[in-house]
Amino acid sequence: MALIDLSKKEVHCKIVFYGPGRCGKTTNLLYIHKAMDEKDRGKMLTIDTKGDRTLFFDLLPLNLGKISGFDIRIQLYTVPGQVMYEATRQLVLKGVDGLVFVADPLKVRQERNIESLEDLRRNLAKHNLDMDKMPLVLQYNKRDLCDTPVPTLTVEELEHDLNSTLKTASYEAIATTGVGVFDTLKEISKRTVRYVAEKHLLVKM
Amino acid sequence: MADFVITAQSQEKAGNLIVNSLINAGVRNVLLIDSAGNVLTNCGHEEAMNIDIDAVSLAALAAASLAATSQIAQLIGEDDFSLLFHKGKNGNIHFGRIGQELILITIFGDDVSLGLIRCRVAELSDSLAEIFEG
Repeated sequence: MALIDLSKKEVHCKIVFYGPGRCGKTTNLLYIHKAMDEKDRGKMLTIDTKGDRTLFFDLLPLNLGKISGFDIRIQLYTVPGQVMYEATRQLVLKGVDGLVFVADPLKVRQERNIESLEDLRRNLAKHNLDMDKMPLVLQYNKRDLCDTPVPTLTVEELEHDLNSTLKTASYEAIATTGVGVFDTLKEISKRTVRYVAEKHLLVKM
Repeated sequence: MADFVITAQSQEKAGNLIVNSLINAGVRNVLLIDSAGNVLTNCGHEEAMNIDIDAVSLAALAAASLAATSQIAQLIGEDDFSLLFHKGKNGNIHFGRIGQELILITIFGDDVSLGLIRCRVAELSDSLAEIFEG
């Protein structure tokens, strides 16, 4: 749910990074936080829970500059990926305007990716949102694992599993080193801002 | 959940109501947010506004906290808990639901009683909901 502040000429949008546990959602945010200039980003909020798994959510606010005189402010959220935290994922999805689905390339996680995407569709439907109509970008993370002996999925397999009906933009990425992270962010920001702007006829893009 | 469009008019109306009812009663800061964690209005005493409160993080955590509270309510057979209160050493924070989608966060010291906050938030509730939710 976007917030359009006509008095301050600001548009606030919420983008959620979704995906199975340990696929690298928080790593994406950490890289963006590290790489962006301090004046263009707010504080990264991570709810401190023991261990390296996200139990509630992470938040990173960004300023993306001006479009048609409006300041575009984006809030990036992550959800906990583990299956058992479904209730939390549902809470974080409240008011979402755009989505990045981060997929894990490990062969043993193939089913988890598909389940997680289905879980996303179900949770969006609970907020009366249709995944097919929302801005959504796929990110195939951890591509550096393909050069190791660990069995991984090819991009074709991931496309077949996750993108055969969605037919949306997908990016290969290595979130730890930043490869593909900003390509993903750029695309989802563009789509989300366009979606919100066109909905409110702020500007025809 | 529909998008919120704030106009200068609605902002001013809400700001005036909050200042008259809460800020003039001694409350330090008041934030009106939506349940997705966006800040709609941020009011406060001049001295309090100089203390750097990270409104974006506060709004996101408050929205999440109230959403989690509502899940707890359902676990014990309640529909929802309409308010949440935390007491600190020097400051206290009160979260109250306004209409369907809004949350009013009130930050105040020990010089203001919780009872007064609860009364004033309840009084404000309908007028604020009317401004933003029609």
